[in-house]
Amino acid sequence: MRHVLSVLVENEAGVLSRVAGLFSGRGFNIESLNVAPTLEPDVSLMTITTRGDEQIIEQIVKQLRKLITVIKVVDLSYEQVVEREMVLMKVNTTDNTRAEVLRIVDIFRCKVIDVSLTDLTIEVTGTQSKIKAIINLLQRFGIKEFVRSGTVAIKRTMQLD
Amino acid sequence: MELTGAQILLESLKKEGVKYIFGFPGGAVIDIYHYLPEYDFEHILVRHEQGAVHAADGYARSSGKVGVCLVTSGPGATNTVTGIATAYMDSIPLVVFTGQVPTALIGNDAFQEVDIVGITRPCTKHNFLVKDVKELALTIKKAFHIARTGRPGPVLVDLPKDVMQAKAEFSYPDKIYLRSYNPHYEPNKKQIKRAINLLCKSSRPLIYAGGGVISSKANEILTTFARTFRIPVTTTLMGLGAFPADDELWLGMLGMHGTYAANMSVNNADVLISVGARFDDRVTGKISTFAPRAKIIHIDIDPTSIRKNVQVDVPLVADCKLALENLFNFLVDMDDVNWETKHVEWLEIVKEWKNKHPLRYEKSGTYIKPQFVIEKIYDLTKGEAIITTEVGQNQMWAAQFYNYKYPRTFISSGGLGTMGYGFPAAIGAQIANPDKLVIDIAGDGSIQMNIQELATAVSYNLPVKIIILNNGYLGMVRQWQELFYNKNYCATVLQKNPNFVALAKAYGAEGFRIDKQEDVEPVLKQALFSKNTCVVDVIVEPEENVYPMVPAGASLTEMLLV
Repeated sequence: MRHVLSVLVENEAGVLSRVAGLFSGRGFNIESLNVAPTLEPDVSLMTITTRGDEQIIEQIVKQLRKLITVIKVVDLSYEQVVEREMVLMKVNTTDNTRAEVLRIVDIFRCKVIDVSLTDLTIEVTGTQSKIKAIINLLQRFGIKEFVRSGTVAIKRTMQLD
Repeated sequence: MELTGAQILLESLKKEGVKYIFGFPGGAVIDIYHYLPEYDFEHILVRHEQGAVHAADGYARSSGKVGVCLVTSGPGATNTVTGIATAYMDSIPLVVFTGQVPTALIGNDAFQEVDIVGITRPCTKHNFLVKDVKELALTIKKAFHIARTGRPGPVLVDLPKDVMQAKAEFSYPDKIYLRSYNPHYEPNKKQIKRAINLLCKSSRPLIYAGGGVISSKANEILTTFARTFRIPVTTTLMGLGAFPADDELWLGMLGMHGTYAANMSVNNADVLISVGARFDDRVTGKISTFAPRAKIIHIDIDPTSIRKNVQVDVPLVADCKLALENLFNFLVDMDDVNWETKHVEWLEIVKEWKNKHPLRYEKSGTYIKPQFVIEKIYDLTKGEAIITTEVGQNQMWAAQFYNYKYPRTFISSGGLGTMGYGFPAAIGAQIANPDKLVIDIAGDGSIQMNIQELATAVSYNLPVKIIILNNGYLGMVRQWQELFYNKNYCATVLQKNPNFVALAKAYGAEGFRIDKQEDVEPVLKQALFSKNTCVVDVIVEPEENVYPMVPAGASLTEMLLV
């Protein structure tokens, strides 16, 4: 099962390599990883998506907590959360296809952030499945370049049963 | 007053109560060595940095204090890695100081530069690179705090040369708080209750204790606990000495080379109380058939140990001593349980197993039996010596045939299985225990991995004894080749061993050779009661095997017996 882990760490040199080394050294798998400072400058937040059965995820969480520079670990899979990823991509366009691409962009509520004679650069934000869907639709036009962030996730304030 | 980084380091060590530093100098730490004579530390100059770490480790294991090393950058630092990994696997508190090139040169592939913080990240409990002299004292405080608290372990502090030369005001913090490191010592009340329920209902309980009992000083309460509630005890290799081996409840070690009684008990117990042990593969054998009839209570300070290898019924994340005391206090007040009679039948069965297949060996033969040598050492020392071991057959025989009565008297590389560990560890143990007899049980293979430390032992007049069980083979690998690889003795024959007696003498130690059974006792006596460093080369049965043996990956009940 896919798990999203929110890992609060000390914002200091080497933290990323401690976390990444833990995953590689113990044979755990990182599907995506996002790291950035929080509003407190000495604390960073890592959002790690990983896969494994219950025992493996339990080990991952415990091993992360054991790292001296890790402050807090939350497995968001047990919470109701909002998840987002961001993709920037260049989609080939011609005079004949541009309108169709723009229509899809519109339907998915994406943004066009750069235009040229031969392509459109599109910003997509959404869940993994939304991103998968739009890639599916745009692939036939040709995606020239593609960059993607790791997942970021935040717990919903109102947790419904 | 402003002090240099080097002085701050040494002042901080003084504040931490450090007495001995195991080290080896070099360019990057020369500033520290420059100030060292002004302080009261005894610096033990080893002959190889690996020896320094093992010696500090032996010092730590035999005394319970933090071992301290000081080495230079680059190769000095990389030479410590095996020692650090050894300590990490066995949860031994060390603080290792490594020199580093000046901060301005870090990353430039400078002379004797290596990213030791990067290299040791997976084999230290934590490590630091100090980039600012103002952070030095606090970092050292943190290093010692982390090394000795919670589940202990080695901590490395990397010290760039310019930081050692820079000046700052020195003040050493009394207390320390780390928001991201707060070990949990107190057991959870709810889990304690569940454990008590299991124990009250149990008719075939078994205690399986590990090194955690020794590091948390829980051996006394463990002994009281077992005796009061009449529960038999087995330990891991690391747990030897946590329970007195002359007690009737003692079953011997469990696992791959464990006793018949211990392994059969694990297989038949209905409640297994694991204390400070981590269900290592050498202990469990085939994991799916380990303790198949038992509910498992797992006491460990480290949450990651719990449910890492086996599913447990009652997890108790706590200090072993506190957890056992807690359980004891509840159980001892149970009026409706008669502990004297509750496990009588079980103890009878266990006793039968003990009698059926005690540890034994074929006594006849043209050669001296290695087990006989260990038994003689036990007789001569009356179990009062500190035994360190190398790794392999020598280690297993030392574990099986010497009866350990006290904690911290059996010192061996359990988790990592580091050949070359025993002798430098014996040096450290002798320094921590000047009045005790310290004996390294070695093989002719592993002793050659750190034999250069004979110079250290002789220099400091340490009366350490090395007993080489010399079979002319890398014996444990040969045993596997014999049993499982069609006797294909590839690369395990040691044809051109040195003359160990002459070698000992060349270093200024005493050398003895024993090749006749009748010489074992008198020559051992001579060596053990000598005031000098001694090497005793005992020519033993070349193809003697360690039994019982559970083949790797087999169930504990599938023991090969003598």
